[in-house]
Order: sequence, then C-alpha cells, then structure tokens
Amino acid sequence: MDKAQEKDYFESLISLEYNFTAGSATTRFLEAIAKGNIVGQKCPKCGAVYVPPRGSCPRDGVPTLEEIQLPDYGCIESFTVVHIPIPGNPIEPPFVSAMIRLDGANISFLHLIQEIALEDIRIGMRVKAVWKPETEWTTSLENIKWFKPTGEVDINPESLKFISS
Amino acid sequence: MIPAAVIGIGQTKYDSKRRDVSMPGLIREAIDKAIIQAGVEWQDIDAVVLGKAPDMFEGVMMPELFLADAIGAYNKPLLRVHTAGSVGGSTAIMAATHITSGQYKCVLTVSFEKQSESNATWALSPKYPYTPHINAGAGGYFAPYMREYIRRSKAPEHIGWQVAVKDRRNANLNPLAHLQIPNIDLEMVKNTPMLWEPLRYLESCPSSDGACALVIASKEVAKGKNAAWIKGMSIRSEGTLSAGRDEVNPLAGQMCAKDIYSQAGITNPLKEIDCAEIYVPFSWYEPMWLENLGFAELNQGWKFTDSGKTELSGEIPFNMSGGVLSSNPIGASGMIRFGEAALQVMGLAGEHQVDNANVAMGHAYGGAAQFFAMWIVSSHQ
Amino acid sequence: MKRIGIVGYSQNKIKRDAGSANEVELIMPVVHKVLETTNLTQSHIDFTCSGSCDYLQGAAFAFVEGLNAIQTYPPIKESHVEMDAAWALYESYLRILSGEAEIALVYGFGKSSPGNLDQIMSLQLDPYYVAPLSPDRVNLAGLQANSMMKAGILTREEMYLAISAASRNGLNNPNAIKIDNPSWDEYLMGEIVSSPLTKFDCSPVSDGASAMIIATEDACEKFNLSPVWIDKIGHQVDSANLGFRDLTQVKPVSDLLEKFKIDLSSIDVIESHTQFSHEVVLLSKIFNCSIEEINPSGGPLVGNVMMAAGLDAIGHTFEKLQNHSAKTGLAHAASGPCLQQNLLAYLRCDS
Repeated sequence: MDKAQEKDYFESLISLEYNFTAGSATTRFLEAIAKGNIVGQKCPKCGAVYVPPRGSCPRDGVPTLEEIQLPDYGCIESFTVVHIPIPGNPIEPPFVSAMIRLDGANISFLHLIQEIALEDIRIGMRVKAVWKPETEWTTSLENIKWFKPTGEVDINPESLKFISS
Repeated sequence: MIPAAVIGIGQTKYDSKRRDVSMPGLIREAIDKAIIQAGVEWQDIDAVVLGKAPDMFEGVMMPELFLADAIGAYNKPLLRVHTAGSVGGSTAIMAATHITSGQYKCVLTVSFEKQSESNATWALSPKYPYTPHINAGAGGYFAPYMREYIRRSKAPEHIGWQVAVKDRRNANLNPLAHLQIPNIDLEMVKNTPMLWEPLRYLESCPSSDGACALVIASKEVAKGKNAAWIKGMSIRSEGTLSAGRDEVNPLAGQMCAKDIYSQAGITNPLKEIDCAEIYVPFSWYEPMWLENLGFAELNQGWKFTDSGKTELSGEIPFNMSGGVLSSNPIGASGMIRFGEAALQVMGLAGEHQVDNANVAMGHAYGGAAQFFAMWIVSSHQ
Repeated sequence: MKRIGIVGYSQNKIKRDAGSANEVELIMPVVHKVLETTNLTQSHIDFTCSGSCDYLQGAAFAFVEGLNAIQTYPPIKESHVEMDAAWALYESYLRILSGEAEIALVYGFGKSSPGNLDQIMSLQLDPYYVAPLSPDRVNLAGLQANSMMKAGILTREEMYLAISAASRNGLNNPNAIKIDNPSWDEYLMGEIVSSPLTKFDCSPVSDGASAMIIATEDACEKFNLSPVWIDKIGHQVDSANLGFRDLTQVKPVSDLLEKFKIDLSSIDVIESHTQFSHEVVLLSKIFNCSIEEINPSGGPLVGNVMMAAGLDAIGHTFEKLQNHSAKTGLAHAASGPCLQQNLLAYLRCDS
C-alpha cells in the first residue's frame, strides 16, 4: 500500500464518561460478593432462581425480591476453549470460558475453568469456585478467580432443564 | 392482510473496509440500485425505514437523522429500527407493515453497517462488574451453545467445516459477497486456526461494511412489475435472562417459523419452500436452524448438511448468496437474507439462482439467540 | 379504517438522578402500573414496542437489558426503535392497523444522569462536517433561538413567559421535577449557557420511564376499556443540513397540520415536546395558542426523559381527555437538532 492510500482516513476518538450503575438488585448481589457470599433472587411466580440477579424474572415479568444464598459450586452447562486474546484482559489463550450453573440456580453465568487439562473438560462436570485472597475482594464477580473440578461424578445435563414450580 | 411485495432490491459490494465511500455514499449505493430495479421515482416513496445494529459501531448516535437527506427521507416519515442482529429482518417487516396497514403505497427500507468506522468488538464487549471480563466477542458467546448442540445431536466435527465450504462456494457465485475464496475446501477450513472451540477461523463470519435496500409496495404499485409477494412475516422475542430458555433451540424461533408458515399456508416447509436465506453467522447454526425452523427433525439437521440437501442444487438450498458466513455488515445482514429470498423468487439471483424458485424464506436472529424475524416470499401474488 | 384508542398511560416520577436504578427497575413499575389501570395482564398484550437509545445508557443493547422487565414466556411479538417512544407508539399503531395485534404495549425509558447529555447529543451530528466542530445540543438550540429573535418572532419576555408557565403548571403535575421560577430580573441575570439561552431556558437532565397501552375498538369493548381515540397520527423529518432549513419554522409540523385538516381553534389541550423555552414559543405560534395554554403538564421544561418525553406529551394529552377535562387534544413529539423530526397525534373522545 502506498503512503497516499494509508492516509485516506483520520482517527477521531470519541470519549464519553458515564457513572454506570448496576441497578439496585445487582448492587445487593455485588455487596454480598464483596463479603464472599453468592446471593441469587427467586421469582415469586415460577420459582426460578437468578444469579447474578437483575431484579426481574423475564419469564413472568415480575420483580424478584426474595434473596437466596447459593453455594459456590455447581456444574458446567457448556463451555468453549478460547484461542484468541481478549482486549484488556491479561489472561493467556487458550483458556476455558464456561457457562457455570450453580446448584440451586436456574440460569448460568460465564466464568473461567482452570486446574484441569483442556481436553478433560466436559459438559455436566462438577466445579467449585476458587476465590482470590479475601484481602483482594471487591464488589465484583472476579473475586472468584476461576472454577475448578471437584472430582465428583458428572451430572446428567438433562437434569438442568427448568421445571416451573 | 393487505398484499405487499418487494419490487426492488439493492445491495452494495460487501468488503471489510469500504473506505471509498462515506456512510451516506455506502447507503446510496444500495438505495439507488433498489429504486432503479423497482422502476419508481423518489416522489413515489411515501416513507423510509432505516435499520441498523448498535450506533456504537460507527460512533454516530441515531445516524438516520444526519442521513435524512442522503436516504431521501427529507419531508417524509422516517422510522429507525434497532433489534440487535435481527434488525435487518425486523426493519424489512416494519417497512412491509407500512403497506399492510393500508396507510402507505410504496416504502423504501435500508439497513447498513460500516463497521470499519469503529471497533465492533469493543462496542460489543462492555466491562460490567457482575460478569467476569472474559467475553471474547460474539463467537465466544455462542460457541458453548454449539457445543451443546453437538452433544445433543452427536453430530460429527466435519459438519461445521462442510457448512463453511458450502457457503463460501456459493459466495464465489455472488460477485457482491465479501469473502471470495476460490479454492475453498474441507482441508482449508480444517487447517485454519481454532478461535472458540468448536469454531475455526473459516467457520466464523467476517466483519463487513455494506448496505442493503428494498422497495416494498402495495398491489397497485407492484402491478405489472416483477415482484416478490410477502405471504407471511413475523417476529418473536424472549428475554435474555429468562429461566428455562433453550438457547440451542429457542422457542421464539420455533414460534416465529410456525407463525409465518401458517400465514403462508405452508404445512410442510421442507417440501413447500424452495430455498432459504437463513442467518448463519457461525457454521453450526445451519444444522441448529434446520431443526429450529422445522425443516429437519430434532437432532437430525446435521444429516441434511452432511448429505448435501442444503447445497445450491439440494432439496432445501440454504444461503445461496454465501450467507452471513461470507458477508456480514451486521445491521444489514438480516435484510440481505430477506432481499436475497426475494431475488430468488423474482428470478434475479444470477449465478446463485435456484431453478424454479417460487417460494423462499428469509430469516434473521439476534441478541443472545433471542430475537427472530422471518418472512416467506412468493413469485405468485 | 379500524379505530385505535389509547387506553392507559403511566409515568414514573421524573428524577434528576434515578440513582442506581437499572433499565429493568425503571421500566417494570410503569408497565405494571399501566396494566393495573387497564385491568389487563401481560398475556393480553399481543405486540410490544419500546423506544430507547444506547448512547444515553452508555452501553450497546440497552433495550435488550430493558426487555428483562417484560414477561417473555411464551415468546412475544416485540420490536424496538432507537427513537423516542412516541415513534414506538406509531409502529404499534401500524401493527394494529395491519391486523397483527389488537392490544399493544409501548414503553420508553432514558437515564441521562450518568453521562454528559450535551456532549452525547453532539454525536447525532454529521460525523464528517458538523460533529468535528463539536457544537452541543444547547449551542444548536441557541442558534435556532437567535434566528427567531433576528426574525422578530421571539422575545426574552416570551421565553420568560414559557418558563413561568412551565414552572406553575409543573406544580400540578405530581411526576414533574420542581424547577426554579425566577423573577424577571433573576431571569435576565441568569447564567448564559449558549446565547440567548440561559440555564432557565433549558429542560432539566432527567431520568425515568413511561408506558402506554393502545387497543382496537373491538378489544376496548371486549375488555371494557375506555379509549381516547387516536384520530390522526403522522410524522415527518426535515433536512439534516441546518443551513438548508428555515429555523424560524418547523416545516414537518406545519405540513402535518395541513394534512390533518383540523381546526386548531377547536382543540382543548396541546402538549408539545419542547425542550427549550424558545421551542415552546415557536410551537405555540404554530399551534395558534398562547404560551400559557400550551403544555398544561409543564412539558419537558419540568421533566425531559430522553426517549420518553415525546410519548409523555401524548400521555399527558390522553390523561386530560380521559378524565373528561377536554374533548380534543393535540400532542407533539420531536427528535434531532433544532426540532428536525416531528410527530403529531390528534386525540379525540367520543362525545
């Protein structure tokens, strides 16, 4: 490419600042996770337990006010091995991004799986949170460094199907 | 329903960076072609409907406002639709609804994305405190669902490669397609780097600049013109975080398909639909949507791909144009599917034309596989 | 043609800063309230349409987050406009006319407090020629106000009148933000934001959400709803090129009025989407009413929820007709720099 062609555009950087808020429901979740607790919310109609909660059950269109303490273990609902780096994240590829379904929850969230060979990871595998040292805890789900296998027997993925209460 | 028909389809050349044109220039490339094909004049256009995905892709907020003159909306009604990845499809449907409402006779609709103007991965991956920052773009998000599909259906690994090859071979017959890979074959796909297991580089869609425009008209305006008659159209949505949602085989997709089939009087889509342009941004979505849309039985979709049923000469050709896997200006990708379906029944698809295509389907999806827009077009009114 | 009526409207109390409330927490209360007032449930709604803007919320796909506030199982027919929700109402209106739905839910939400609204709105401008000059939205409004003054159709007295009327009317609007009601001298001494506009002339940064339900005549009978009919509704956009426009006029509004063929003198209530005092003056002239008559709710000067304020103008008009304090009403929604895009809705009660 010649120089003239390289200069056929100019960069115009847009910078906007926002005081982003997570929402009251998620704020309560983040305050709990800062203390090492995982707190989900339960739908008063269908009984679905949401984590992290956003304050509603979209299934029924109602607020989820009841809070439920959840364990820091569950299973892998599905996963992918990521082979490309993520902008702004120091983690080295390949790494595993998995949909973690905590026991007692009815939706999953994405997190990392470590402390296992990539080829041994399976859907249905039981996993447990590995926390950062307590001194590093903030209001972030990243207080959990990653999840690791517990060594228990895999669960049948069909058992993750939601049955409305 | 008051009849409505597509009478003009215009598309740009799709490419990774269309630096030869501004945003208005890109859009006009598509609009001018559509209007010329429709054989209408600017004054015949009663309203303009513009669709595109997040404004952050170009860094212009509600760009239809600054584009008002370039898209011929000056002194006319102008509507802007944004329904995530399905937007091209839902925008076409909104434009057609102008006609079916009885309030308008001839509507121009256009959708575009000029992703090279900004950083799309950045725009799609905001850092929120309640999810760990491991979001590696759309592919990283959808890969676990594809893995779950493979687990359920026991599909062999090569199915994904096969879709990637088939769609790129079709793209070689479409001069507008972004990716043109003359020697594409299974070996080549298989040897490209793994991005997000099970997806390899060539099993993923590119990031493109481009625009697509349609002129949609009433029976009176379409009279005597080559037209694609809209026999059924619908949309369905489901909440991202809804418990019990099946992201592999979303209920919203199933319901939307059933709705358009029933509107069009279709009872057996495999037999009665001649070809389909289906939103497949990652290879595995072909077998997944074959099942979701009722062309194949549950967990059997991959066998269609495997046996060549979705090839250009197959029983149900999928993505004759090369599909999203070959050109992906996100906001326009849905409308391209809808427009390509129309081109097929109008007999204007050129080298990627399916013989005797009388009934075709256009499909788009977006968000976390939660927004769906579909239509059926026919050569007969 | 099918008759379509507004059967319910609800608005959150507008706040200058809604604190930590997220999209779901803004939307859910108004949706529940409007359902309650109509005795309908979410399963009666057969089309849903919302209006919002990603750049205001500071994240792509703000409307996707918002959708978590709505019942979506089984999946629903739903769409979204990146516009004020007044246009979501228009989309819903066409969907009903086409036979796709009988009852539609419309909502709009906006949270302007987290960012710098003036800066954000500059991103609406032509990115090649205008945005690099970075005029903000108040600069452009000032340009329009100046053009009006030069043309002799705007005085500081009229602008002051608009502010006093808004502040007074706002006291009767429980959802309004309480704004300063300056004395004439205070107004003249007011801090200039962009000449001739002072801080008093600009609407307050606002957070909130609103929801509306519209239905066909058949559905109104079936569910015992009391509709205010949408007798006429239409919208139009002007050129983006400010130099090409006559800023002392609002051509789309004049054109729509001509199309509607309504007798302006017979209209009981007018609510307009006027974000600056001079816009109140301009629209009151076009609508042929006095500055005190327009915007009995106080209008956007006492609460301007971006992407909902246009729907609110329609909603406030509806409320006046529903409680029988008026028989006919005209509502106006606007978008874009210097009132570029406009929507008018003419509402009527059965006599």
